Amino acid sequence: MIHECVDQYACLAANINFNLEGLRIGFWQLTIDGLAWGAIYALVAVGYTLVFGVLRLINFAHSEIFMLGMFGAYFALDIIMGFTPSGNAYNKGIALTILYLAIAMLFAMLVSGSAAVGLEFVAYRPLRRRGARSLTFLITAIGMSFVLQEFVHFVLPKLLKGYGGSNAQQPIILVQPKTQFHIFSATVSNVTIVIIVAALIFAVLTDYAINRTKFGRGIRAVAQDPTTATLMGVSRERIIMTTFLIGGLLAGAAALLYTLKVPQGIIYSGGFLLGIKAFSAAVLGGIGNLRGALLGGLLLGIMENYGQAVFGTQWRDVVAFVLLVLVLLVRPTGILGESLGKAKA
Amino acid sequence: MRGRMARNAFALGSAGLLVLGIAACNQSKPEQEKSQSQLKIVEQVQIDGQGKEVKADQSAAPSDPAGDGKATCPPVSIAMAGALNGPDAALGINIKNGVQLAIDKHNAANPGCQVQLKPFDTEGDPQKATAIAPQIVDDQYTIGLVGPAFSGETKATGTVFDQAGLVATTASATNPTLSENGWKTFFRGLANDAVQGPAVANYLKNTLGYKKICVIDDSTDYGLGLASAVRETLGPIADSGCNISVKKGDKDFSAAVTQVKGVSPDAVFYGGYYSEAAPLTQQLKDGGFTGTFVSADGTKDPEYVKQGGEATKGAILSCPCGPATGTFADEYKKKFNTDAGTYSAEGYDLGTILVKGIDSGAITRPALLDFVKNYNGQGVARKYQWTPTGELTTNLIWIFKVQ
Amino acid sequence: MSVTDKVLAPGDRLREWWDGLPRVQKWAFGVVLFGALALLPLYTPSFLDTPGISFGGTMAQFAMVAIIAIGLNVVVGQAGLLDLGYVGFYAVGAYTVALLTSPNSPWNKLSPTGFFSAPWAWLSCVPLAMAMTALAGLILGIPTLRLRGDYLAIVTLGFGEIIRLLADNLSDITNGPRGLSRVAFPRLGESEKLPDGVFSNGNASGHANYGTWWFWLGLVLIVILLLLVGNLERSRVGRAWVAIREDEDAAEVMGVNTFRFKLWAFVIGAAIGGLSGALYAGQVQYVAPPTFNIINSMLFLCAVVLGGQGNKLGVIFGAFIIVYLPNRLLGVHFLGINLGDLKYLFFGLALVVMMIFRPEGLFPARAQLLAYGRAARNWLRSPPVEKEPAR
Repeated sequence: MIHECVDQYACLAANINFNLEGLRIGFWQLTIDGLAWGAIYALVAVGYTLVFGVLRLINFAHSEIFMLGMFGAYFALDIIMGFTPSGNAYNKGIALTILYLAIAMLFAMLVSGSAAVGLEFVAYRPLRRRGARSLTFLITAIGMSFVLQEFVHFVLPKLLKGYGGSNAQQPIILVQPKTQFHIFSATVSNVTIVIIVAALIFAVLTDYAINRTKFGRGIRAVAQDPTTATLMGVSRERIIMTTFLIGGLLAGAAALLYTLKVPQGIIYSGGFLLGIKAFSAAVLGGIGNLRGALLGGLLLGIMENYGQAVFGTQWRDVVAFVLLVLVLLVRPTGILGESLGKAKA
Repeated sequence: MRGRMARNAFALGSAGLLVLGIAACNQSKPEQEKSQSQLKIVEQVQIDGQGKEVKADQSAAPSDPAGDGKATCPPVSIAMAGALNGPDAALGINIKNGVQLAIDKHNAANPGCQVQLKPFDTEGDPQKATAIAPQIVDDQYTIGLVGPAFSGETKATGTVFDQAGLVATTASATNPTLSENGWKTFFRGLANDAVQGPAVANYLKNTLGYKKICVIDDSTDYGLGLASAVRETLGPIADSGCNISVKKGDKDFSAAVTQVKGVSPDAVFYGGYYSEAAPLTQQLKDGGFTGTFVSADGTKDPEYVKQGGEATKGAILSCPCGPATGTFADEYKKKFNTDAGTYSAEGYDLGTILVKGIDSGAITRPALLDFVKNYNGQGVARKYQWTPTGELTTNLIWIFKVQ
Repeated sequence: MSVTDKVLAPGDRLREWWDGLPRVQKWAFGVVLFGALALLPLYTPSFLDTPGISFGGTMAQFAMVAIIAIGLNVVVGQAGLLDLGYVGFYAVGAYTVALLTSPNSPWNKLSPTGFFSAPWAWLSCVPLAMAMTALAGLILGIPTLRLRGDYLAIVTLGFGEIIRLLADNLSDITNGPRGLSRVAFPRLGESEKLPDGVFSNGNASGHANYGTWWFWLGLVLIVILLLLVGNLERSRVGRAWVAIREDEDAAEVMGVNTFRFKLWAFVIGAAIGGLSGALYAGQVQYVAPPTFNIINSMLFLCAVVLGGQGNKLGVIFGAFIIVYLPNRLLGVHFLGINLGDLKYLFFGLALVVMMIFRPEGLFPARAQLLAYGRAARNWLRSPPVEKEPAR
């Protein structure tokens, strides 16, 4: 930012704007965009929150599950469906585009789901067998995060030509962002609609799965009291596997939605920051609480956008971390509180 | 029972996937070719510091690194430092290839004098460069350097080369303050941003007649330096309502796009590199911006067109670098199977100057430094002669357009 | 005896032998090892040498990471507080030195004479950097040390990133992503050939290059730190830390003021991190935000965990592995991949494997709760003394 500093203390203030006017003018646009981002955060946050609820473990490697989902979606578009990477959008008409996106999403979910289950099998199950303490789990999670990132960074280019490496993938843009209609002063583009609708469907499905189905009850039982759940005939290992699977599937879906929004973002390090933000969202809403994760995601997306408008674009990432720290200091159980383990009818 | 349900779901899903996939495959292949763009970056005209167009000078022939073929020398080497990996690698590789071409031509013609090229990858990162500079200097046989490529890394390492007396000619670092540090070994092979910035700004203001321009920078040494020079020269035409700083590595510019849309300028000037310029251009176009996108040498690369696609059509790019023409362009294409890129010509010219110095008998660092200091000759891109601070004596900027 | 022999891991046999030595012998070995390490950059055997990068520079980096590891060990290993944002303290230390001495900084205090004149600037800044970082540790610790376990880890992670983002965004003070260059460094041994002394990066050729000199400085600091931290370990403070680490509630019940001792651990760890940051700033002479990212924080944690949490010598070994191995493999190509690039992959794998098979680290800490533990153990193990029958 170019401006005059009257003295060094004025300088401190000058790098942070306090642009409430900008917030007022762009309020609706920022809200709509924030909801779109928030939807993506919410889907990834569910993975963190479910695993924490059932295992009391922060799955640091979940951000890499998301990243693998992005590559899975790209693979589907590139190799299975034969699109050539280019900077231009393929405008194939609504029906066909939705079909292609659905295929890509299924494939992304496949990749992410398998990666999540594989992760649990390879990294966490041996630790549980040995009765390790929570610090050990955390360090293993960090280690697996490194392994997956660097695998895509350096090893994948040797296995699959043109994938991975230090540079982002050449974008394949299926949907040209086009304004569909206006809400008050905000323009809503087709990309935004797709993201919000898809995320809504997944959120409803997941909520139904956890709260209304039998295995959802199993998940809540294991979260509340693993020993008693086993006595009641619930297979703990299978429940844990299912939890990771659900988290992985949702991360895969979120990955595809993210590539719609940021087509140039498919890179080995693309999951890291988003994962931390999604985790902040999960904590914000109440870690261990499914609806909390969804709510937290939406809130974080909107808050980030507002913060960006008020303080300046470079402060966007700080908003997520500051919210995280504040929530943990003031109300560690989050807005909706821990509840996966609480008994519910 | 749950397991069976899951298995069934999986089987159904995979079958569906297969069917859809086959259906989709048959659909998309014939229409694949439609979206390949034929856009290229084409040179338009040279401008001077006031933005006025200047006819190109076709008089002298560029120096040939082959020389007379009878040179003899001990096994010395020339180092090249720049981004050879990472998101900005295209710019570094262009320079390395240019230097490689000059050295290989020289070695082929002069069997008695084989010069080695030692490339060092700094990833364009000043941090990494500070670790690599001592390595370059430590090798006694390295008597000259083409690089570093970026302004940030040049700033961080200039003292090392100055203290070691190793002549460091840069083919691309354009930040003006680099020559103000008192380094005896710094030589800039192109015009700096203190020339490029005002030149472009005046061209936009006077020749193209724009009335409202948004200036965006990427907070790096290069981007911020160039954008500041442009902002200063544009004066009130650079609208203060869209004076934006983004971060290098950003991919999402929606806040910037919203701000630009609110101001509705005639043009947007971006000071930064192609890996951000491409998504920025796309998002501006998607957001409804109809003006001209203007940028500078950090953006001028075929990667920009590849990643930005149709949205980059009509973009104006300035560069202190010259277009690759004539036999140099042909030789480059034959050797590296790709068109000469930004700064390839500069790399070639600086490599040529250094090997000419070696041919003339300058086989120690002080001797080669002296040779470069007193050099005066024509290259592919321009005439090379330096002032005592390491700047060129003649400075012209080229304007390119994506079309 | 034979059963226990088989069960021991490779490093344990070494430990058994080391534990059996009397204190004087341990010191003698320490001095010899120190001398050997100090001479290593000058007479590097070829299997140890790092062809792709300066060996002195690698050893200097090792000394800095070793200091960090000792500091992080106090926090994570001894007090049991999981700190994922330790790189923030490193950043505060480095930025303090840079802000006070870099020409690019608005708070530049360099002057021709006095404490901040060229020869003394860096040295004057080091205690300032440690003090600032300790203050940062205090400010960070007071609100957050109420949290336990995973929550503390996440909060410290958040704070570490916030510090980096502040450095990145407050460009008017910290020059943002462009960084602060030409930071001061100690001036020693100025001569014709080396106008800025042996610690400047102009001293780049030969074996006694500036990396080696920084390594020697780092070694001296490591020894001092080991003595200080060792004393702390054996004192009431150290025992309180062990109690907190093992079971915080029980310690609280037994009368240990857990909050105060946790805060002490944090502040001391922070100060040590700040010292290392000051060394880093002086050596690289260029401080910019990208170095202080989460990945480096994880790498430091990796050093502590691999080496052995709670064991101050073990973590130094962990630091050596972290720094030396990637540099050793820097030019080595395997199946077309430069092995030095795979360093995070290997460390990730090492972490995962270690956590499964040996979670306490290569050289686990042995609780030295008794002040005369060795003597007591020997007395217990010795054969019974013939006693006069009681009359």
